[in-house]
Amino acid sequence: MKSFFQFIARHRVLASTLFLMVFPFIMPYEALAINILIFGLFAMGFNLLFGYMGLLSFGHAAFLGIGSYLTGIGIVHYSMPWGSAILVGVIGAAIGGLLMGFLAIRTRGIYFSMVTLALGQIVFYCFYKAESLTGGENGLRGVRVDNFNILGITVDFLNPLVKYYIILFFVVIAMWLISRILSSPLGAVMEAIRENEKRAAACGFDVARTKLLVFVLSAAICGLAGSLRALHLSIVPIDSLHYLQSGQAVMMSILGGMGTFFGPFIGAAVMLYLEDVVTTFTKHWMAIIGLVFMFFVLFFPKGIWGSILSKLNLNQDSKS
Amino acid sequence: MQLLTGIALGSIYALLALGLCLIFGMLNVVNFAHGAFFMVGAFMGVYFLGVTGNFWFSLILTPLATGALGLLTERFLVRPLYGRGIDYPLLLTFGLSYVLIEAMRVTFGIEGLPSVTPDGLKGTLDVGIGFFPKYRLFLIAATAVIIFAVWFFIQKTRYGLIIKAGAADQEIVKVLGVDIAKVWLMVFGLGCAIAGLSGILASPTRSVNPEMGIPILAESFVVTVVGGMGSPVGAVVAGLLVGVVYSMTSLFFPELAELSIFVLMAVVLLIRPQGLFGKAGAMG
Repeated sequence: MKSFFQFIARHRVLASTLFLMVFPFIMPYEALAINILIFGLFAMGFNLLFGYMGLLSFGHAAFLGIGSYLTGIGIVHYSMPWGSAILVGVIGAAIGGLLMGFLAIRTRGIYFSMVTLALGQIVFYCFYKAESLTGGENGLRGVRVDNFNILGITVDFLNPLVKYYIILFFVVIAMWLISRILSSPLGAVMEAIRENEKRAAACGFDVARTKLLVFVLSAAICGLAGSLRALHLSIVPIDSLHYLQSGQAVMMSILGGMGTFFGPFIGAAVMLYLEDVVTTFTKHWMAIIGLVFMFFVLFFPKGIWGSILSKLNLNQDSKS
Repeated sequence: MQLLTGIALGSIYALLALGLCLIFGMLNVVNFAHGAFFMVGAFMGVYFLGVTGNFWFSLILTPLATGALGLLTERFLVRPLYGRGIDYPLLLTFGLSYVLIEAMRVTFGIEGLPSVTPDGLKGTLDVGIGFFPKYRLFLIAATAVIIFAVWFFIQKTRYGLIIKAGAADQEIVKVLGVDIAKVWLMVFGLGCAIAGLSGILASPTRSVNPEMGIPILAESFVVTVVGGMGSPVGAVVAGLLVGVVYSMTSLFFPELAELSIFVLMAVVLLIRPQGLFGKAGAMG
């Protein structure tokens, strides 16, 4: 059992890719699987900042939203091809991350959470007010991607299974990137900052620059999740920018296990699946999710995956 | 005129930030459910007003009810998390806000309740430069009284002294034979009671619905950040400032009203990251 988990930990990207290949077949329907894929990526991007560097941002919905809206606007208003629209979304989110990070990393701890939340609200109101571009309260409609050709083969984007694998392609690339970042020297500096900021600075690391860099990377990944979400839903609802959405990233990371590689993804899967099940018998799913979340904060702060890891006593350094 | 409107709006912000600040200064807990307590306060207020038919009764009953809710929260949910870092209580109260919002939806429906202005405070009053809604004047006066009461309680009474001492050094207070856990319980309850009170005070000026606490939480964070974390004076001054900035912008650039207060925060952060009245060390 233990060696099985160690194997997964060592080949984490390969393992998750293989698992995600069969994932749509164990879910009740493909749309849920796609949703989990997208929010898993969102939570992973968030976790880069929170779990690995200890900065609790409550403004990450801004990046999900910027990614979604820029991709959507590109397709709807400028009839861009969807590939470049995704690129625009990701770059836009990274620039947003640079601006927000520049302001937010001047503060620490609890202050950081409050500032990111407030800055996220700025983004919310900007997109909310730019009604002619974003559709305001109704959201941006008509983000359509139809058939296209790859190597002479016509691909039908409206087929849910096809859509799943296209989105999976991007998610796997992002996962690979996250895995590389974490196992690089940058990843080590991030954890050093989380454990003791002053000591990391004393060791000669440029703490402020590392924080900003990771903030931007995390924003870009969340932006990618947003872009993919716009393509998936073919609309961009305004509540993708809402801070409750940021809170969802937090909840997913905690539920699955913050500071672990698979944790956020597992958290997203559990939460969305739970939401799906709960909504079939009551519309008050928020209360159930809230209670489950509180239960985890009180009794299982390590989350699902984190608890499994510590039960198995796996090497803490290579947190899979 | 617009200045008065701003002050009326700002007094709600000041009250909310004061409650946040009390809890943070003493317990080192950021209450993410503060907006939810505000919302519960508004619902309770309208409900009690409907039952008793007397605004003054509900003005007393509501903070008692939300205060009691706060006591339960501290005792059973927040207390187990002391010493586990600052993030956990924050996350827990965030989860709690989900539950409170749903609880109000279940009890009172998604639409919310129609807000009621008490009879004696309807209409407008000539304030010399023009007519101003009576209720808003009452709001300003009531806030002033509450803030004075809290100030008096903390600065001039024995309990206030214990609270201040506990915030400075809990070990010493414990050694002196004070049951610090009880003090924390009371402070959390008091903070929540103030949140509920601001909820009922605000209810005639806005619609009462389960989501009303969501934007107000972000706004009261802005106030806290501008004022300086853990500074009660900062909370009050920044609250009024934010209110005035909001209503001035909505007079001249109505499109940018919501944005203005966040821009204010960004500017303050650039110049004084610790806030107007914050101490440099209090940010960690």
